[in-house]
Amino acid sequence: MSRMLTRRRVITTGLAAVAGASGLGVAARLATAYGLVPPDSGGIYGVGETITYATQRLLTANHSMAREFSRRDISKVAPVNGGPPQSDDYRRMLASRFAEWRLDVNGLVARPSSFSLDELKRLPMRSQITQQACEEGWSFIAEWTGVALSDVLTVVGISPRARYVVFYPFDSSWESIDMADAWHPQTLLAYGMNREELPSGHGAPLRLKVPRQLGYKNVKYLVGIEVVESLKDIGNGLGSNALDYGYSWYAGI
Amino acid sequence: MASELMSGVAEVGAPRHSALVRLTHWVNAAGTFALMVSGVAILLAHPRLYWGETGAVGTPSLIDLPLPFMLTGQSGWGRSLHFLSAWICVLTGVLYVIVGALTRHVQRDVLPAPADLSRQSLAQTCADHLHLRFTHAADETAYNVLQRLAYSGVVFVLFPLMIWSGLAMSPAITSVVPVLVTVLGGQQSARTIHFFTASAIALFVIGHLVMVSVSGFTMRMRSMILGLPPSGKASV
Repeated sequence: MSRMLTRRRVITTGLAAVAGASGLGVAARLATAYGLVPPDSGGIYGVGETITYATQRLLTANHSMAREFSRRDISKVAPVNGGPPQSDDYRRMLASRFAEWRLDVNGLVARPSSFSLDELKRLPMRSQITQQACEEGWSFIAEWTGVALSDVLTVVGISPRARYVVFYPFDSSWESIDMADAWHPQTLLAYGMNREELPSGHGAPLRLKVPRQLGYKNVKYLVGIEVVESLKDIGNGLGSNALDYGYSWYAGI
Repeated sequence: MASELMSGVAEVGAPRHSALVRLTHWVNAAGTFALMVSGVAILLAHPRLYWGETGAVGTPSLIDLPLPFMLTGQSGWGRSLHFLSAWICVLTGVLYVIVGALTRHVQRDVLPAPADLSRQSLAQTCADHLHLRFTHAADETAYNVLQRLAYSGVVFVLFPLMIWSGLAMSPAITSVVPVLVTVLGGQQSARTIHFFTASAIALFVIGHLVMVSVSGFTMRMRSMILGLPPSGKASV
């Protein structure tokens, strides 16, 4: 009896181990195929990043909408974290109200383009009153006005190979988001805040709004957008220079 | 007899704590410690608590914690460690509750029995604790009512509230289930609730460690590490 049990135990344990190992292998392949692995999936913390990102991407698969608020919820205080770029380029453009400013859109696109602020403003205007939560813990609600990133991507015509959209501001930093956020109806290239021109502290002339992620993903002072298949060849290869400060690539939290 | 063996506390020679209890206890202890350390690292970036949807320097706070603002990049690794250990605690917690319920460990050993909740029984157990009378420690085979209340509270109230208030701060999660945050009164309220619930868990941990120390530290560590029964002999 006990031998039978022992043998049965060995067999079931062995089968379970094999099933578990192959299950993990299959899960890893499926996760990669369905875009559930973030670019910063390496290392011990990468395990947590991957589980969080994969879970949230599955939960938010149907373009779930970030909460929107009413005008009376708009915060009176909207703190600025990190002032405008100190470059002469930026100061000159700010002085001329960004008349010479252009947003370059290139990469895996059919029609690489360069948009002026007026050209962006001629695309359909979208508005949203959403919350911006800083990674540090504070938050505010504001009304953002701009053009849907999806409209700009449609104008330039992106390749089916596209998997990420990379954002470049005036300085040397960069950020990226996946196509789920890039096509999301609330993802804006905002040129207005609280029904006025976007203030320079908040990213004039143009900033990204991804309201389903923390503040630091909402890149300010945009000058370029690049559509890519892989983030490996950009900077540290991990999708964002925020990683250099210890921040995660995915900030849906 | 078989069912008594399963419960793991009734039979002399049976392990004081089952393998599941010991494994999940220590994994969760490590995870909770990591959550506390990383939670403090995150908190120090903005040690100010608010009530409602939003809050920032320049708006009224609920509480200004007597801690320095540390904007020196501690919250980045803090968050990475926080989420990794949160997943570890959530997964071991789910394993513990499911297997514990199926083996009736939760119902038999953890949840307080209605009879234990009588005023007389509670008063007696409280008095014993206050006088540090643990005369039954060496041969005790079940948790007393105060232990049951504390453990049930941590497993079924505090940890679920931690997870809930944590998820309520996520703009991605609340885009799917907005009621998670609206019921708590807003994202900053969720952050405040998260802090106070964590403080309650920290108080539990301190009380737990004090009780383990004053009621037979070596014996209790041996039983939680090796699963030795009260008699002290190894069992399988």
